[in-house]
Amino acid sequence: MSNAQQFDTRLVGEHAGEIAVESPLAYSMHRSGAPKAKADTTVTLRERAFLGHLTLRGGAIVLDEALRDVLGMSLPGEPLGLVQDEAGERSIQWMSPDEWLLIVPGGEEFDVERRLREALGDAHFAISNVSGGQTLLELEGEAAREVLMKSVAYDVHPRHFPVGKGVTTVFAKASVILRRPSEERWELVVRRSFADYTYRWLLDAGEEFGVGVER
Amino acid sequence: MFYIFCPYCGEHREEEEFHPKGQAHISRPEDPEATSDEEWGDYLFFRDNPRGVHHELWVHAVGCRKFFNITRHTVSYEILEVYKMGEQPSITAENYAAQQGAASADKERNASQAKHQEGVRA
Ligand SMILES: [Zn+2]
Repeated sequence: MSNAQQFDTRLVGEHAGEIAVESPLAYSMHRSGAPKAKADTTVTLRERAFLGHLTLRGGAIVLDEALRDVLGMSLPGEPLGLVQDEAGERSIQWMSPDEWLLIVPGGEEFDVERRLREALGDAHFAISNVSGGQTLLELEGEAAREVLMKSVAYDVHPRHFPVGKGVTTVFAKASVILRRPSEERWELVVRRSFADYTYRWLLDAGEEFGVGVER
Repeated sequence: MFYIFCPYCGEHREEEEFHPKGQAHISRPEDPEATSDEEWGDYLFFRDNPRGVHHELWVHAVGCRKFFNITRHTVSYEILEVYKMGEQPSITAENYAAQQGAASADKERNASQAKHQEGVRA
């Protein structure tokens, strides 16, 4: 049946702490600063670093079944859908007709990947752990949408971008996965190599709204 | 702003998310060994350049990253239809010309009827 093995690359036990783990924005925050929220701040930016990001590819039916088994979540039923678990800690997003992005609390990804592989058995699928390649940023506050309107051509009006939707689109001159998990919060999944660019763009775009960075 | 409909995302998206990838429906010769140099050269290098209806391959590069087909008019740039990989176009150069011919005949008929009505009113 399944020959799933778990390759946990984290340094644990006596090796823990041998290599400092840094978020993609560690240097950016050091160099470009992280302005604190003020009384007139209407948008807040925070990085949710070190989450587990898994790219699932394969047929919707087999992946949906495996995901139900392992996490009790089902794949979004429609293109551009974003589904979260009840706690809002895990999410699964439609990326393309045969690809979904699963985000879980940091550290869970190795175990989740192994269990998914076991559940999928001999099905035709691929799972890639892309946690190190991207990071998640959150924009929150009444001006969050204003900041996005300065940054993406995509229509972020609530009528066009309801809660539970997610798209991959152009952000400034980079690409970003833009998603709306709740009424007041927007998430941006950015490539590690574009994280600094995106961060500095957001600081600049958010300046007029007194952007505050939460660390 | 110029929007293109992605059949996989199911909505119109800004043009900068897409890349054109040339002529659609070009299939690789099934048996390259048995293909003449001329046929292979045609397959590899030669493309149509019609004035009018053209079937093109596009990719939603910053989006779902899927390839799909567009039937586009190369004079007006109008996108006549969008269809998924593996599907066939419903609009072709032939049926488009026939349709346009019918439409302009309609127009002439309407125009002569209008003239006739005016004549009655006068
Ligand atoms: Zn698309």
